[in-house]
Amino acid sequence: MEVFGGLLTLLLTSMIVKNVVLSQFLGMCPFLGVSKKTENAIGMGMAVLVVLTISAALAWILYTFVLVPLELTFLKTIAFIIVIASLVQLVEMVLKKFSPGLYKSLGIFLPLITTNCAVLGVALLNIQNGYNFLETLFYSIGAALGFLIVLVIFSSIREKLELTNVPKAFKGLPIALITASVMSVAFMGFIGVL
Amino acid sequence: MIYAIILLGAIGIIFGIILGVVNKKLSVKTDPREEAIIDALPGANCGACGFAGCAACGAAIFNGEAPIDACPVGGPACAEAIAAILGVEASSAEPSIARVACNGSPDNAKTLYDYTGAKSCIVAKTSFNGQKMCDFSCFGFGSCAAACPFEAIDMVNGLPVVNRKKCTSCGICVSTCPQTLMHLVPRKQHVFVNCSNLIKGKAVMAACKVGCIKCKKCEKTCEFDAIHVTDVARIDYDKCTNCQACVAVCPTKCITVDTFTDDFSKAPKAEDTEPAGCSSCASRDTCQSKE
Repeated sequence: MEVFGGLLTLLLTSMIVKNVVLSQFLGMCPFLGVSKKTENAIGMGMAVLVVLTISAALAWILYTFVLVPLELTFLKTIAFIIVIASLVQLVEMVLKKFSPGLYKSLGIFLPLITTNCAVLGVALLNIQNGYNFLETLFYSIGAALGFLIVLVIFSSIREKLELTNVPKAFKGLPIALITASVMSVAFMGFIGVL
Repeated sequence: MIYAIILLGAIGIIFGIILGVVNKKLSVKTDPREEAIIDALPGANCGACGFAGCAACGAAIFNGEAPIDACPVGGPACAEAIAAILGVEASSAEPSIARVACNGSPDNAKTLYDYTGAKSCIVAKTSFNGQKMCDFSCFGFGSCAAACPFEAIDMVNGLPVVNRKKCTSCGICVSTCPQTLMHLVPRKQHVFVNCSNLIKGKAVMAACKVGCIKCKKCEKTCEFDAIHVTDVARIDYDKCTNCQACVAVCPTKCITVDTFTDDFSKAPKAEDTEPAGCSSCASRDTCQSKE
C-alpha cells in the first residue's frame, strides 16, 4: 500500500505540480501549435501519451540493461532519440491505418512529436532521478496526462478567445502566449501541495 | 568506442526491421495518382490555395474537393499536369497577375502633410489615412513588396511595380495592401484602370493628376460594354478585348496599357489586336470580322 501511495504521489506530482509544459517548459511547440481545436488537442495529447509512455519505458529498459552494463551511458541521448523517432513512425502508421481523420488533422505535428522535447525530456528525467521501472511508468504517464490536460484546457480557452473581442494587436498567438503565461502562474500555485 | 558503434547500429537495425514489418502490415492503400498530384504541385507550401500545404491541396484535388487549378502558384502548367494525371481536361484556367490600381506616384499625387513615421504602409494608414491628399492613393512605402514571398514587386518611383515573370498571383500582396489597391487580374488583360478613388471628380482633380474623374468618356467609347463608371471606372475583364479605345479617350490617362510583357515581345498596339469587331480596325481592309 505504501508503495502504491508513493507511486500515486509521483503520478500526481508529474501531472500537476511538475507539469511538463507549464512548470518545466518542455514541449512548447505542440502546446501552441495544436491547441486551436479541442478535438485536435485531445488527439495530440493521446498520441503523446502513447509515445511518451512507451518510449520512456523502452528508454529505461535500454538504459538499464544495455547502456549501463556496456558502460555506454554517455550514449543515452542519441539512443533515446532513435527509440522516440521509431515509435513516432510506428504511431504515425497506426494512426494512418486506423484513424485517418486524426492523422490528417494532426498533420505536420505528428512527425514533430519526434522533436517534442517533453518526450525526450521525460525519458532523460527518469534516468536522472534514478527511478525504477514502475516509478518510470507512473512518472511518464503522469507527465503525458499533464500534457494532455494542459493542452485540452488551453485549447478550450483558445476556442473561447476566438469568439471574444480581443484587441487586434493581441489576436492569435500573442493572446495565446499571454494566456499560457497566466496558466503557468496558476500551475505554479500547486508547488508545495504534494 | 567499437561497442558504441555496434550498439547504435544494432538499435538502428532492430527498429528499422520492426518499422519495415509494421509498414508492410499496416500499409494503407493510397491511390498512386494522389501521390503523383502532390508531386506535380510546386511544393512551396505557401498556403495560397487555402490548404495547410501542398500535400493537403493535392489530397483535396484528388478527392474532388478542390478544382484542378486550385494552386495559383503552379499556374496552368501545373493544372495541366494534374489534369493529365486525373485523366480530365484542363479547364481554361486563366493565369492571373497582381496589378496596382493606383498611379499616384509622388509626381502625380499631391501630399497632404510631411509624413515622418515608420516606412510602412500599414503604419501610414493609421496616421490620418496616409500622407497623400487622395484617400485612395498608394502610400509608396512598399509593404506589398516586403510581403511578396516571391520578390516579384519592386518599388519604382514610389509605386510598386509587379514583375510579370516572378508574380505567381498568390494574392499575398492583395491582402497586405491597407489601401486594397492590389488586384488579381487576368494575365492577358493589358488595359487596366490605374485608379481606385471613390471621391468626386473635382476633388480628384485637386489631389491627383492621374485620377479617375468619372467623366464616363470611356464608358461611351467602349463598343463592348466592357467598361462602366460606377464609383470608379471598372473594366469587365470577360468583355474587354484590349482594343485600347478607352485608353485613348481618357482625359486623365488613368486607364493605361500594361507595358510589361512575358509572352509577347511588346504590349499589343490597337492595330495588332485580334479583329473581334474592334472599332479601330473595322475601317481597315484587314479586318476579318467586317462583313
